[in-house]
Amino acid sequence: MSNIAKNIKDRLEPKKGTLAHTAFDAFFTFLFAPNKTTSDGVHIRDGMDLKRTMVHVVIALQLCYIVGTYNIGHQHFTALGLHEGFFEAIHLKLAYGLIQLIPIFIVTHVVGLGIEFFYAFKKGHSVEEGFLVTGALIPLIMPPDIPLWILGLSVAFAVILGKEAFGGTGMNVLNIALLSRAFIFFAYPTTIAGDQVWVSGFETMAPGAEVTYNWFHTGFFNGIFEAVGWSLFEPGGTIIDGFTGATPLGLAYEGGWEAVTQVYSESQMLWGAIPGSIGETSKPAVLIGAAFILITGIASWRIMISMIIGAAGMAMIMNAWGASPFMQVPWYYQFYMGSFFFAMAFMATDPVSAASTNRGKLIYGLLIGAVGMIVRVWNPAYPEGWMLSILLLNVFAPLIDHYVLESNINKRLKRA
Amino acid sequence: MKHYISKIYLALPFLLVWFPTYAIAQGGSGFSWGSYGLVAAAVIAVLGAVVVVSDNLLKVEAKRSGVDLKSSGGSSFSGINRLFKGSLPKYLSGQAVVELSKGYNIPLKGEIKEQKQIEEVHTKRYALQPPNYRGIRPIPKLEIEEGATVKAGDPVFYDKSNPDIKYASPISGEFVELQRGAKRAITNLVFLADKETEYREIPNFDIENQARADLKKHLMAYGCWPLLNKRPFDVIADPSEDPKNIFISTFDTAPLALDMNIAVDGREEDFQKGLDVLNKLTDGTVFLGLDGRNSTPPSKAFTDAEGVQKIYFRGPHPAGNVGVQIHHIEPLSTTDVVWTLDVQNVITLGGVFNQNKFIADRIIALVGAQVEEPTLIKTKVGASLNEILDSRLQEGDNRIINGNVLSGEKKEGDHMYLNASSNQITVIPEGDYYEPFGWLIPNKLRPTVSRTYPNFLIPGLKFKGDTNTHGEKRAFVVTGQYEKLLPMDIYVQHLMKAIMINDFERMEGLGISELSEEDVALAEFACTSKMPLQKLLREGLDYVKSQM
Repeated sequence: MSNIAKNIKDRLEPKKGTLAHTAFDAFFTFLFAPNKTTSDGVHIRDGMDLKRTMVHVVIALQLCYIVGTYNIGHQHFTALGLHEGFFEAIHLKLAYGLIQLIPIFIVTHVVGLGIEFFYAFKKGHSVEEGFLVTGALIPLIMPPDIPLWILGLSVAFAVILGKEAFGGTGMNVLNIALLSRAFIFFAYPTTIAGDQVWVSGFETMAPGAEVTYNWFHTGFFNGIFEAVGWSLFEPGGTIIDGFTGATPLGLAYEGGWEAVTQVYSESQMLWGAIPGSIGETSKPAVLIGAAFILITGIASWRIMISMIIGAAGMAMIMNAWGASPFMQVPWYYQFYMGSFFFAMAFMATDPVSAASTNRGKLIYGLLIGAVGMIVRVWNPAYPEGWMLSILLLNVFAPLIDHYVLESNINKRLKRA
Repeated sequence: MKHYISKIYLALPFLLVWFPTYAIAQGGSGFSWGSYGLVAAAVIAVLGAVVVVSDNLLKVEAKRSGVDLKSSGGSSFSGINRLFKGSLPKYLSGQAVVELSKGYNIPLKGEIKEQKQIEEVHTKRYALQPPNYRGIRPIPKLEIEEGATVKAGDPVFYDKSNPDIKYASPISGEFVELQRGAKRAITNLVFLADKETEYREIPNFDIENQARADLKKHLMAYGCWPLLNKRPFDVIADPSEDPKNIFISTFDTAPLALDMNIAVDGREEDFQKGLDVLNKLTDGTVFLGLDGRNSTPPSKAFTDAEGVQKIYFRGPHPAGNVGVQIHHIEPLSTTDVVWTLDVQNVITLGGVFNQNKFIADRIIALVGAQVEEPTLIKTKVGASLNEILDSRLQEGDNRIINGNVLSGEKKEGDHMYLNASSNQITVIPEGDYYEPFGWLIPNKLRPTVSRTYPNFLIPGLKFKGDTNTHGEKRAFVVTGQYEKLLPMDIYVQHLMKAIMINDFERMEGLGISELSEEDVALAEFACTSKMPLQKLLREGLDYVKSQM
């Protein structure tokens, strides 16, 4: 195999310093681990590199992708009043989810990787792996109906201004995936906030609104399903009476935990059969992914644990105060709603934007938990707080590290 | 680590107050299985908090009453920890023991299987290599001309910045060739060795009664001074300074390292004499770091050494590094200067005073996956590696390393000579190959500290290890990785960043003067971003030195 790789490299490698060479190098090193040997320094190197680190996070996200795809379809059919059982018409729900998700995934990667390749070529270094994870995270934190041009714009904004402007992978201050979401949040708020956007396939979220299907539903997939004799997409359906598309958090803000439980059961919220961003609704899927990156040692347990403590502590304080229905929601039920676990497992633990000292990580996680809960409960404009609290603490992470390092420096100076 | 946990627990009182209220208030229908789990977690947290707090109080109490923390720890956990780690061997009872948990032993193939007799190898060619002595200028001044004959111990060259320090010949023979490298720096002074080594007679020196200044002069004149290294910077000691303390590590934890108990075997008296000389050189203490990892005690030469303070260390590599031991015995301040020596250098030093000869013998472990039969060799500093390795290596593209795989020096070509202060030669295969999807599905086993490989589930697994980098260099991304592998209170990654931007104050504050290349070598091995940490550290040390 090593010889085949050598042949490929010898015959196909384009001239150095061209965009083609950058692209060739990226794909070649993806296919074949390079033949470089150690020089000045250690003579053997660990089998771990950045590609492997990143791909393990992507592997951890796969369950979220599967459940997320399914849930897009499940919410769609729930709104239509069809196939309301969680395991009914699995093929239709998955097919519907794929039709929504695949374009989002493609746009994210074409835009993001395109920019990444271009900058790698401009700066004359090889393409770095940062976008592997960012590109896998962005589709999961978007609503299923996100207009693709807005998505492309937000990815370009996040990658260029959030990362390349600072010097590329490893240099960014803010979490790139969250930055792209924050961009949409402030530039096009109606596409990513409120009760209207979490269920896919309708022009408006009012009862009686008619479903919109395209050729992929009625032509491509119906053709396949008809051939095997399964149920089909049925154009002309309308949203049933009483369906609002509101998320548990939206309901809780209005009427506390009782308002939530009137619409959604605890197990629905736990397993993720609720409207929300694509990949964050299913707690078991997220937690299995979290366990995977914890066991493999890729994510920091310090950040995760302290974030849970911070959020729980703040929710308890709110319980004690109890000034609004949302504040009275028992603190442990706060974890059933919203995207806390997804933010904890995959967003806060991004090693580049998080605090980098062990003690700093504990403070960082604690503050994300506390601030995120404040934003969630006390702020009428933002129904979920983790994106904003993580971005805020991203900015403060260097400051936290600074004080941790200063204490280390002072300790050493005192010895003199 | 423990004190972090205790701090979390201390932040928890509010949980204790509010949780029961709400758990009870939610009783009945709202009280789901999840809440039971949380009750259990809360109970465990409370118990943990109580235990940790009381343990801390115990420690404070112990400190007040003057209990030696190093031996007992003063903590009720030391007993609990024992349960998990197995009991301490008998010979450690009553001794000062430092237990280190951070670090990693890289399991490599090619260790010495059975302890057979040490093979004595006397090569035809020897070379004195000025680049071995860190801190001297690249073009030293020669004392002899080509064609001259020398005895072992005769001065060969000196450094112009310090002409009193003589560098002595390890063997007797004829000086045949001077070899130069880049920028005309002298790399090798090659000798054709006599069959029987003739020694220069060194005059007696009365350590008891003569002054320290005379002793220093004696050491410099007879080639002993280059045996002394100083920290900070890990360079040859400066005769104008007196060290605060002197540290000697009597064991090496690096991969496939030489067992120092063998090196000292038969030279116990010289070793003790060396320690006596060192005691004369410092007003402080001579510290001996001893191996406490095994069930049997180390050599009597170490355990019964006189006039020194002995501290046992237990733990994975780099517990045997003298830098790590200094950090746990008496950490350096930014102004301290200490000296360090390697066991075989202490023996050479002792030999000068005991036998009146400069005996530059080295016991070398010839190890690694590419060595036909790993073995112990006795030779002298500067021996020709080409001659030693001849017909001992397996076929193939080999990497010959003077030292261990982490911090050793690569040797190649027709002029390979044994470095001064070396204890092992490691030979491993080169890793010049492409690997399809090697980053995702490795085609063969490789050593790693990462749990993304199943290696950690299979204890006892040993690896051939090759020189492939297994990835390309990247910017720093992963954090907290280096700290797991260095049992010192030093933020290595931040220190490296400070070096990259030439921030002098931060380098010093973050403890650059406590480190040497070998200390960060393990972190460099594990580095996900494939950063050249040792090279960076030396650049930083050179920069700090130039600013002083």
